[in-house]
Amino acid sequence: MSEERSGAEILVEGLVKQGVEFVFGYPGGAVLPIYDSLFGDERIRHILVRHEAGAAHAAEGYARSTGKPGVVLVTSGPGATNAMTGVADAFLDSIPLVVITGQVATNLIGSDAFQEADTVGISRHCTKHNYLVKDPAELAATIDEAFQIATTGRPGPVLIDIPKDVQVASATLHDGAPQRRNRYTPRTEGSADEIAQAIELIANAKAPVFYTGGGVVNSGPRATELLRELQAKTGAPLTTTLMGLGSFPADHPDWLGMLGMHGTYEANLAMNQADLIVCIGARFDDRVTGRLDAFAPNSTKIHIDIDRSSINKVVPVDLPIVGDCATVLAQLLEAWGKRKPADLSAWKARIDEWRTRDSLAFPKSDIEIMPQLAVQRLYELTKDRNPIISTEVGQHQMWAAQHYQFFEPNRWLTSGGLGTMGYGMPAAIGAQLGNPDDLVIDIAGDASIQMNIQEMGTATQYRLPIKVFILNNRWMGMVRQWQELTYESRYSQSYSDSLPDFVKLAEAYGWKGLRLENVSQLDDGIRAMIDHPGPVIVDCCVSDEANCFPMIPSGASHVEMILYGDTVAGTMDDEAKALV
Amino acid sequence: MKIKHETSERHVLTVLVDNESGILAKIAGLFTSRGYNIDSLTVADITDNHAVSRITIVTRGPPAQIDQIEAQLERLVPVHKVVDLTALGPHLERELALIKVAGTGEKRVEALRLADVFRARVVDSTTSSFVFELTGVPDKIDSFIGLMRELGLVEVGRTGIVGMMRGAEAA
Ligand SMILES: Cc1ncc(C[n+]2csc(CCOP(=O)(O)OP(=O)(O)O)c2C)c(N)n1
Repeated sequence: MSEERSGAEILVEGLVKQGVEFVFGYPGGAVLPIYDSLFGDERIRHILVRHEAGAAHAAEGYARSTGKPGVVLVTSGPGATNAMTGVADAFLDSIPLVVITGQVATNLIGSDAFQEADTVGISRHCTKHNYLVKDPAELAATIDEAFQIATTGRPGPVLIDIPKDVQVASATLHDGAPQRRNRYTPRTEGSADEIAQAIELIANAKAPVFYTGGGVVNSGPRATELLRELQAKTGAPLTTTLMGLGSFPADHPDWLGMLGMHGTYEANLAMNQADLIVCIGARFDDRVTGRLDAFAPNSTKIHIDIDRSSINKVVPVDLPIVGDCATVLAQLLEAWGKRKPADLSAWKARIDEWRTRDSLAFPKSDIEIMPQLAVQRLYELTKDRNPIISTEVGQHQMWAAQHYQFFEPNRWLTSGGLGTMGYGMPAAIGAQLGNPDDLVIDIAGDASIQMNIQEMGTATQYRLPIKVFILNNRWMGMVRQWQELTYESRYSQSYSDSLPDFVKLAEAYGWKGLRLENVSQLDDGIRAMIDHPGPVIVDCCVSDEANCFPMIPSGASHVEMILYGDTVAGTMDDEAKALV
Repeated sequence: MKIKHETSERHVLTVLVDNESGILAKIAGLFTSRGYNIDSLTVADITDNHAVSRITIVTRGPPAQIDQIEAQLERLVPVHKVVDLTALGPHLERELALIKVAGTGEKRVEALRLADVFRARVVDSTTSSFVFELTGVPDKIDSFIGLMRELGLVEVGRTGIVGMMRGAEAA
């Protein structure tokens, strides 16, 4: 059956056909026809955010926590540019989004019309693909392809820019299954030869490490299961990146903790001393490798990744395998067969030695709340609820990664690649919508939380009981820490002045607000937060000048970590200062 | 501190793409946003239904970067195929130039004589000028232009390089 429908209606039908439950959006002139089509349509729930960046981050939180694509709808010009931070964030962290932007009518494009921006141009290098649709007859196929591209291969954001006249004009809508185009067919399997070589290398390694990343999470829950199985069969110690947390249980004896700039001593030393590194769905990011010429100098490297451009991009590897993590892991398991794990006891003994450095230790205080302790208590008191944790960006994010324990994928939402302050609360909103019965907590910093503070209204409107746990140190702590370590404590513009009273702010939005000022209040405060059925802000006032250690300073190698108690020069040469 | 530069190689790549709006901007923009070089870029559609274009790009970079360029191009959805002619082996590179020379007397005669040596064709002439059309490898065109400079060179237009593998097979 086929009938004439407007572009806006074709769009809505296309979204329904793709199984979209939520659209995160904000109306404006150039999307009014679409909003009119959504009016009264109960098949799709529109979530009205308070700023378009919030829409994109909420869609990311929804996507990361459910494994389904997030959908964003914003108007032209400022709507599109406001959303762009979240689009770029999703691009770097490989989060599947379909972003619909309104555009001025086709005859006005290029005339600097009201609220015109070159959205396709602006988003070109922060989307996996983008479209400007000039004919409503192309809409249905474009939407179908956009979802296919966003969710297959290495996931990412896809943007569809729709001029207003295309939303109003009509075309024939054919009902039937989503149309597939064949031009996008990423390679998903390793070759038999590659798999055989990988097995040989793993079986003969004396000091192997599995270094896994967000690709394992993106590949779906099966990849996590297979990873655990392969680890059990081979016995290799395992570390994950920030984005990979949750794909391996944090209480496993072979778990090394997170690696990289704020990773554990044992994870980084193991990387440095390994004779074989098996990188699965990670990308040798500069936050992971430290100084490149000193990175894992004596190791053979296998790299499994769905995106061939990730391979040999920063670190040359010996055996690249382009493929989906789950598929390649299944191939490896099959090829491993009934082999016994190699004897790695000497290697593990060395690792145990490194563990005794207790690199996540931190100074204790009886009165002041140490931020690390706050995260540890938060973990202890919420673990039974298996919560979803999101974060903002800064020290609190690293403390959450270090001290909260993860056991499952899709429960940890953080902005890794772009490092976007303001990500955490909207991401928590998206996650809460996708997981209505789960406890969702944003571990925040006092500066970051103000970057999308307006989204409190969204949580109130949709009765989302999210919890925002602010580690309030009255500093942009991570900036202050770098200034302490690199610029002789010249704290240029990193003090959080004129902070709002977060408790009153909570009340103003109809939330509950709690302030915790010393250690004795910590546990009760956290319990009160969990027990409250609605949204809560906890203003957890923590030690103001705590530093996040261990740390590989800029320009240093894995063996040059700073740990608590080390004396630090407070200066750095220009080469190091110029590094990221 | 000083900025360091790496030694680089010249590579000729051909890229088959869907002939859709924005594709050239995507490719050119990929090169600028990731800091790659473009020495030359040519493009034209090559199928009857105008669905596919073939692009020849001449780029320069350290070997690892050339490999990345290929991978990054392949990552673009409308890109079907990327071939590194330089890595693949013996190949042709051709460029077309239009060269306008004005002058009279001895210089005019000499320009015409040299054009003959280079097998350049006269495609336009007045009593005081010629436009020559010359195809060949870039070096040959460079030398011809160099000679014309002494003989009244007015204007040069060049297409940039089109490349193809030698032999019977498609690359
Ligand atoms: C949008 C954005 N702007 C600037 C930065 C740079 N930056 C990184 S961490 C940080 C400070 C964060 O402070 P806060 O949220 O209080 O967290 P803390 O480090 O104190 O835990 C800044 C400014 C960023 N990551 N994102």
